[in-house]
Amino acid sequence: MSDHSFELKGSLFPLSVLYCQDFSVAALQAQLQQKLAQAPGFFHQAPVVINVENAKQIPDFIAIKQLFVELQLVLVGVCGANAELKKVAQQAGLAALQLSKNNGKTPEAAAKPVAEPAPIAPAAAVVTAVVENKLIEQNIRSGQQIYVKGADLIIKGTVGAGAEVIADGNIHIYGSLRGKAIAGAGGDSSKKIYCYNMQAELISIAGNYWLSESLQGEFWGKSACISLQDGQLVLAELF
Amino acid sequence: MAKIIVVTSGKGGVGKTTSSAAIGTGLALRGHKTVIVDFDIGLRNLDLIMGCERRVVYDFVNVINNEANLKQAMIRDKRLDNLYILPASQTRDKDALNKEGVERVLNELSDEFDFIICDSPAGIESGAMMALYFADEAIVVTNPEVSSVRDSDRILGMLSSKSRRAEQGLPGIKEHLLLTRYNPERVVKGEMLSVEDVNDILAIKLLGVIPESQAVLNASNSGQPVILDTESDAGQAYLDTVARLIGEDVPFRFLSVEKKGLFKRIFGG
Repeated sequence: MSDHSFELKGSLFPLSVLYCQDFSVAALQAQLQQKLAQAPGFFHQAPVVINVENAKQIPDFIAIKQLFVELQLVLVGVCGANAELKKVAQQAGLAALQLSKNNGKTPEAAAKPVAEPAPIAPAAAVVTAVVENKLIEQNIRSGQQIYVKGADLIIKGTVGAGAEVIADGNIHIYGSLRGKAIAGAGGDSSKKIYCYNMQAELISIAGNYWLSESLQGEFWGKSACISLQDGQLVLAELF
Repeated sequence: MAKIIVVTSGKGGVGKTTSSAAIGTGLALRGHKTVIVDFDIGLRNLDLIMGCERRVVYDFVNVINNEANLKQAMIRDKRLDNLYILPASQTRDKDALNKEGVERVLNELSDEFDFIICDSPAGIESGAMMALYFADEAIVVTNPEVSSVRDSDRILGMLSSKSRRAEQGLPGIKEHLLLTRYNPERVVKGEMLSVEDVNDILAIKLLGVIPESQAVLNASNSGQPVILDTESDAGQAYLDTVARLIGEDVPFRFLSVEKKGLFKRIFGG
């Protein structure tokens, strides 16, 4: 086998992209603070990329970087930069990321043809959190572990005995569940588990769990929906 | 280009080597030039089952270490002249294999043979991973009992994540289920999982069902692959299995309890 102690591999990560036109530090600070106040904690130390496609001036990346540190955000890099901006960003120690073709349109750019709106008010700064649910179209075998951060997990297949599927969001299994399923792993008690054939080893929502012994009964081997109500796991019919 | 087929299971003692020998021999009987490679370094068994243990001079590890060439290490079967085996080393351990060496040997074999059967060791450590890494198809040998089924499920997970095909994003390994030591009488009594139970859990295509048979032990002890015992139920079941492996549509046999005839009832069978 090859040496796994040192490897450089490509991966894809969900990143929040900040779309904005006015890159003066004062304006950014005001708008970001307003946004963060709406959901404190959600963006704590979140990695962010800024889209500079529609920048009106050359942003002061070093000052913006400092602002992000103060607001407890992590500025990773810029996207949509032309050659000049790219150079400035790279000098400030930021990564210049390539825009993929399908999301190259900023909300403004997409909206433009409709009507030229009056001065673009606070809504101009839209922080888009890219949360992609994970879809797996195969069986999860014994010993395999799947974890989805901050999203739902959808499995078109069977989760074998000894396999574990974990998600911060809901879990949907279009097959048998014979292994462990843990939904709301981040502590969200509103999350649910849906499966077509419930024969689970363990089911857990937001830290409340049942072992297979407690699951024997009416819904064993049948489709079921498991939710958390008043701190108690509840099994119900799927249909 | 040869087709590389790994015979694997996770669990030990389920019949990997017996099945490798039988299927390899069966493919040769059908006229395909076949080599069976023993990956179970340190627990050399394939040569015993094939009845050529006295003819082992050089082995797989020697070839990997360039201490011998393939021609010197391969043993031609005395019964079929298009069947070869590459024996494992008895004195080394499984860490003697490395990916580069195995790839080189398989590439070299690939030019000359139609089928390369890799007889995997038990377990999920480096030896078993090495046997499955380069495979195009996998025959997962399973006994109809829960621990064997569980281990097979684990190996199926490995096949779909740890193989070369998985790492390079190629179409996945074609997976076949071979159920061995099947005893319909015990299935009826509820002492053994049925074909349907196993199929339900593993959800891969069933390649064959080999009945539990005295013929298997006899064959192993005499160094004669059981598929050559065409009178026996196990031998016939392996012949059916090989036919399915090369794409023929053959009905399954030996799945239900055999009704005993008058003579068998009187004299015992």
